Amino acid sequence: MAQREMPDVNAAADTPLLRVEDLKVHFPVYAGAILPRQTGSVKAVDGVSFEIRRGETFAIVGESGCGKSSMAMAVLGMLPKTSGRIIFDGTDITDFSAERMRPIRRRMQTVFQDPFSSLNPRMKVGDIIAEPLVVHRAAQDPGARRARVAELMALVGLLPQMAHRYPHEFSGGQRQRISIARALALEPDLVICDEAVAALDVSIQAQILNLLMDLQRRLGLAYLFISHDLSVVRHISDRIGVMYLGRMVETGSREALFASPQHPYTQALLAAVPVPDPEAVAPPPSSLLRGEPPSARNPPAGCRFHPRCVHAMPKCKDEEPALRHHGATEAACHLV
Amino acid sequence: MTALLDVRDLSVTFRTEHGPLRAVDGVSFQVARGETLAIVGESGSGKSVTALALLGLLGNAATVEGAGVMFDDCDLTALTPEAMRRIRGNRIAMVFQEPMSSLNPVLTVGEQIAEPIRLHKKASKAEALRMAAGLLEKVSIPDAAARLKEYPHQFSGGMRQRVLIAMALACQPALIVADEPTTALDVTVQAQILDLLRQLTRESGAALVLITHDLGVVARYADRVAVMYAGRIVESASVRDLFRDPRHPYTRGLMASSPRLAVEAKTAMATIAGQPPDLARLPAGCSFAPRCPDAHARCLVERPMLEVVSPGRVSACHGPA
Repeated sequence: MAQREMPDVNAAADTPLLRVEDLKVHFPVYAGAILPRQTGSVKAVDGVSFEIRRGETFAIVGESGCGKSSMAMAVLGMLPKTSGRIIFDGTDITDFSAERMRPIRRRMQTVFQDPFSSLNPRMKVGDIIAEPLVVHRAAQDPGARRARVAELMALVGLLPQMAHRYPHEFSGGQRQRISIARALALEPDLVICDEAVAALDVSIQAQILNLLMDLQRRLGLAYLFISHDLSVVRHISDRIGVMYLGRMVETGSREALFASPQHPYTQALLAAVPVPDPEAVAPPPSSLLRGEPPSARNPPAGCRFHPRCVHAMPKCKDEEPALRHHGATEAACHLV
Repeated sequence: MTALLDVRDLSVTFRTEHGPLRAVDGVSFQVARGETLAIVGESGSGKSVTALALLGLLGNAATVEGAGVMFDDCDLTALTPEAMRRIRGNRIAMVFQEPMSSLNPVLTVGEQIAEPIRLHKKASKAEALRMAAGLLEKVSIPDAAARLKEYPHQFSGGMRQRVLIAMALACQPALIVADEPTTALDVTVQAQILDLLRQLTRESGAALVLITHDLGVVARYADRVAVMYAGRIVESASVRDLFRDPRHPYTRGLMASSPRLAVEAKTAMATIAGQPPDLARLPAGCSFAPRCPDAHARCLVERPMLEVVSPGRVSACHGPA
C-alpha cells in the first residue's frame, strides 16, 4: 500500500479523508413532448463505496459511460445524489447546503480533462489562479495575492512573469499546469483529477504525471484520480477501483490488482492495453470479452458484465455478485 | 517489385494570416502491397496532414509540393480532381478518427455503405445493398440485414467504426489510410477494431497506412514505422528494429515517456524536456535540438538529413558530438 512518508497529520490519522458509502446517482429519463412523464432512469452510479486516506492516490478506472465522472461530480456536490453517504474528514457532508459546502469545497479541488475549455479565455492566467483566493476570501490584500500566485506558478513549473498572459498563449501541457496551480491555491487536502492527462501528448503527459507525484510528496495531497488509461493509473496510484456500468467490480492495491486481477473485466482491460513491444504476445480480444458495453438505462440483470463475460455461468444471469475479499483484492464475481 | 505507394519529398504549406506555415516538410516513404506502415507522432507532427495530402483532401488553403505521390505507377498529384475522385473510396479508401462525425446522420447505414459501390462499381441499388449486408457481416455486426435500415445514431461508437471499415472495404481497395481509427474508442473496443482491421486487410491483401500517436498500437499492428516530428520524418525502420534499438533521440524519448504496464510504479517517469516546437518558428538546425539531451553545436545550425543507418532503416540525426 502507500509506501511513501505520510504527511504530518493529527490524531485523526486513521479516519479516512474521504469515505463514500453506497453512492447512487440516477438520472431520470422523460418521455412525451407535452406532458413529459418519467419513464425510467439512467443508473450512472449504482451503489459505489470506497475510502481515500490522506496523502494517498486512489484511482478509478473504467471505460466511457461506467459512471466514473458522475461519481466524482456527486462527491463534489455538483450533481444531486440519489442515495448513499459521503463523509469528508469525519464529517457527513451528504446533505450539506451550498453554503455549508463552501468551507469543504476549499479542501477538495478539481483538475479537469480539457485544458482548452476549463480555463476562461478572457482572463489572464494570474487572475485565473487567483480566482479561488478571491472567491473564498483567502488572500484579500492584492500584494499578498500576487505573491501567492507567483509562488503557485513556480510550484507547478511556470515562470511567474507569465501571469499577465492569456490561456491561448500556452500549450496544452502548460495549461494543465495552470489548472493544477488553480486547484492548489487554497491548499486542498484532496484533488480530484478527472482524466487530467488524457488530452496530452505522451511526452507532456509524463511531465504532468511527474509534477502530480512530486506535489503529492511535498504537500501531502490525496488524489482521486479518474482515468480510462490503465498504464497511467499504474504509475500514479496506491489503490485502484475498477468500475463497470455504475458498479465497482474490483478494488485493491495497485500491486495486487496488476499482479493478479480477479475479475474477468479487469483481466480483459489489462490484456487489451497494447504494449509498446512488438515481441509481446497479445491474446485475441475475442478470448477476453465479447461485444460492447450495454446501456446504463437497461443494465443487464444479475452480474452486469455477464453478456460480455467469457466465463459467464447460469448463476451470473440471475444473481448480482457482491464485492468479496479474494486474495489481495476485492472482486464482485461469482467465479472468485 | 515496385512499391504500391511511393511518396516522394512531399511538402504541405498552409497559408495563414501570419504567413506560410509548413506543416509537412520533405516527407518520403513507401508502402509495399499488403504491408502495414504506421506513421507515429504527437499532435502537430504533420502525420494527419500527410495522409490528407496524399488523398488530395486538403483543399485550397494548402499547397502540396514535391516529386510526386506514385500510386501503382500513377502520380496522384498530377491527377485532375475528377480522376482523383475515381480513385478515392475505390482503390484507396479512408477510415477517419471520428466515428461520430464521419457518417451522414440523415442517411441509413445501408445507403452509405452502398454509395461507393454504386458510384465506383456501377452496381444497381438492390445489388449494392445486398453487397452492403455482406460487408456488415464481414465486420461482425450481428443482424446485418436489419441494421442496414438503421441510422448512425442507433449505433454505438465501436459499431460506427465498424461501419466505416465496411465502407472502406466496399470496393476492395489496394490501400487503406486509417487516421487514428480507434482513438475515440474504449480500450477493449479498440483491440476488437484493430484486430478486425488487421484480419480484413490480410484477407484482401490491401496495404494499410495506420496513423497513430500510440506506440503500443504500432508495436502490435504495424510492419514498418515512420516517426514524425515537426513536419519531418526523423526515423523509419521495421517495427522490430525500431523497438529493439531506437536510433533517433526523439524516438528514444517517446518510448521512455510512454507509460507502460510493466515498469516500476510510483517512480518519476522519463520525459522529453520542453514543449513541442511552434511550426511557424522552427529552429535553424535540427527541430528537435532544443529538447534533445544529446544536442551539440552542429545540431543548432545544420539540419540533419535522413541517412541510412543500416539496411532498411534511416534516421535524421548528427549523432553525439
